[in-house]
Amino acid sequence: MATEVSPKGPNLRPDPQPPMVEGKYNFDSMTEKIAGVIFAATPKGWIVGFAIAFMILQVLLVSVTYLIYEGIGIWGVNIPVGWGFDIVNFVWWIGIGHAGTLISAILLLFNQTWRTSINRFAEAMTLFAVACAGLYPLAHMGRPWFAYWLLPYPNTMQLWPQFRSPLEWDVFAVSTYFSVSLMYWYIGLVPDFASVRDRAPNQLLRMFYGILSLGWRGGSMHWHRYETAYLMLAGLSTPLVLSVHTIISFDFAVSNLPGWHATIFPPYFVAGAVYSGFAMVINLAVPIRHYYGMKDFITDKHLDNMAKVMLATGLMVFYGYGVEAFMAYYSANEFERDLMMKNRVFGPYGYFYFALIFCNGLVPQILWFQKIRSNEAALFIISLIVNIGMWLERFVILMSLQRDFLPSSWGQYSPTFWDISTYIGTFGLFLSLLFLFCRILPMISIAEMKHLLPESHVHSHKDSHDHSDSAHGGSH
Amino acid sequence: MDAPKVKIYGLVAEFTTPTQIVDAANQAREAGYTAMEAYTPFPVVDLHEAVGFKRTMLPTLAFFGGLTGFCTAFSLETFTSGGAPSFITPFLPDWFYYPLNIGGRPLNSWPAFIPPEFELTVLFASITSVVGMLLLNGYPRIYHPLFNVPRFSMVTSDRFFLCIEARDSKFDLQGTKQFLEGLQPYEVSEVPE
Repeated sequence: MATEVSPKGPNLRPDPQPPMVEGKYNFDSMTEKIAGVIFAATPKGWIVGFAIAFMILQVLLVSVTYLIYEGIGIWGVNIPVGWGFDIVNFVWWIGIGHAGTLISAILLLFNQTWRTSINRFAEAMTLFAVACAGLYPLAHMGRPWFAYWLLPYPNTMQLWPQFRSPLEWDVFAVSTYFSVSLMYWYIGLVPDFASVRDRAPNQLLRMFYGILSLGWRGGSMHWHRYETAYLMLAGLSTPLVLSVHTIISFDFAVSNLPGWHATIFPPYFVAGAVYSGFAMVINLAVPIRHYYGMKDFITDKHLDNMAKVMLATGLMVFYGYGVEAFMAYYSANEFERDLMMKNRVFGPYGYFYFALIFCNGLVPQILWFQKIRSNEAALFIISLIVNIGMWLERFVILMSLQRDFLPSSWGQYSPTFWDISTYIGTFGLFLSLLFLFCRILPMISIAEMKHLLPESHVHSHKDSHDHSDSAHGGSH
Repeated sequence: MDAPKVKIYGLVAEFTTPTQIVDAANQAREAGYTAMEAYTPFPVVDLHEAVGFKRTMLPTLAFFGGLTGFCTAFSLETFTSGGAPSFITPFLPDWFYYPLNIGGRPLNSWPAFIPPEFELTVLFASITSVVGMLLLNGYPRIYHPLFNVPRFSMVTSDRFFLCIEARDSKFDLQGTKQFLEGLQPYEVSEVPE
């Protein structure tokens, strides 16, 4: 029956792309492979890794506790640099999150099936990165217990927030981004929770995953509504992710400061966010596929595709640096020019500017070579360099504040011990959450992966059902 | 018709490929069954049409959710900032009126209000899609009679099930069982309520 072609038309079995799953799998062995990780014995490497991440998390705990006790005077921020490590790291972490949404939403809309095996942990990465980012504005407030004052709510003081301020836009953008990402991630997980529930070795685990799965049964109407909702969320997240980093760039671009007040900021912030995000996805995908034996699902082709996206967004960012310099020159404005040359390129942190050009502009160019893109060690190192470069970019932008317009008000910013320990601590939070995620949740989407198997396609009607063909045709 | 001792939710037939379940659902619909549902480990294209379900109202709901979000943000920003037209302002309660005069800039600075409007539109539309999807599907529902069938746990792995429910007017334990057997399933079982 397999070779038979219906007389009414060609055999419409779609298989135009190279397979994104290597090795021989069927529905059951695929489920077992992914869900099996959860019920297998805890790997030794996981225990060591989680222990280290958890220790680093304590650094954050101590840093934030001391910050709340003492006030933000423990940080290096002061006039004229009122924003230091806190906003650099805020923007950096949020940017990393953006690749998760790009992979899960935009690539879904573009029908890129290779996203399927990486979208789950990329979305997890988004959530954890946004959680790290969200800490910074709260901590920077000095009195984080009044954080709810940022929200518009009727209060006895009869005050309302300033809705014209980019910092208030941030509140809306980041909280919406986190909520929508969380919902997107969760409903993606629901059918997989059901898979895990049905494989649970004991009653307690079955109840735990059963509650998380909300009782999912996989009815065809359920799937229809589910797919509709999933697609709509993808459509909504796509402009959302662009808006979030645009609004974050407004924190800078809406001010009147030379070097910040530029229309190039929103697009190049978004490109930079995707750039660093993909670098982080590679940094996570390489060890995960290695240690969990997932090379059949996260193939070399995936790494190759991600490297290409990284190269493309890297070129956009590099172009952004060029435009920035050109606009400073072409504006014929002495403040713009001074800022660019005397403050950024040859200023007190000038060597950071050159390091950033090296990390973000030059190093990724070797991704043009197929040999490099298929070498996971090289990709891992390049991605690390890109992440460092994107951190430097935000740092260099912030350091514009050091040179005020009167030399008498110049100042020098340098991070204190607590700035650095808070930054290191957020890695502890990020990695601890990731380790927990890999341990207790299915790290690859089981239901979606099954779509990649050829046996998931419904074959054209068998000849023995001629009568059903005619009746069925009408319902389309 | 002898009343069974255990109340029956329906009859469920198990299949092993997506093609089989689509064919079975089509035949069951054509045989006149209406109260049925096909259960699969992943979404199978057009299966919902085979069991007789047309389309969901979810996109319409989400549109109105988004519209609500936009209106919420628009009125919140415009009214609290004192940007509402003068025939509305006297009716606003004190606590909902907080004009900020900064350098004489207009109170109704609508371009600056766009970002929160956009964000709330997306947020409300997303919440409506997700909550609407779950509620229309009847979730959360931790217990379901189908879970009484031991083999049904394979629906989340690699098996496909067609359930004809007892509330169907055409349902008859023996006749329906014979009908399902005729579809060449792997197995047919009764689902106790």
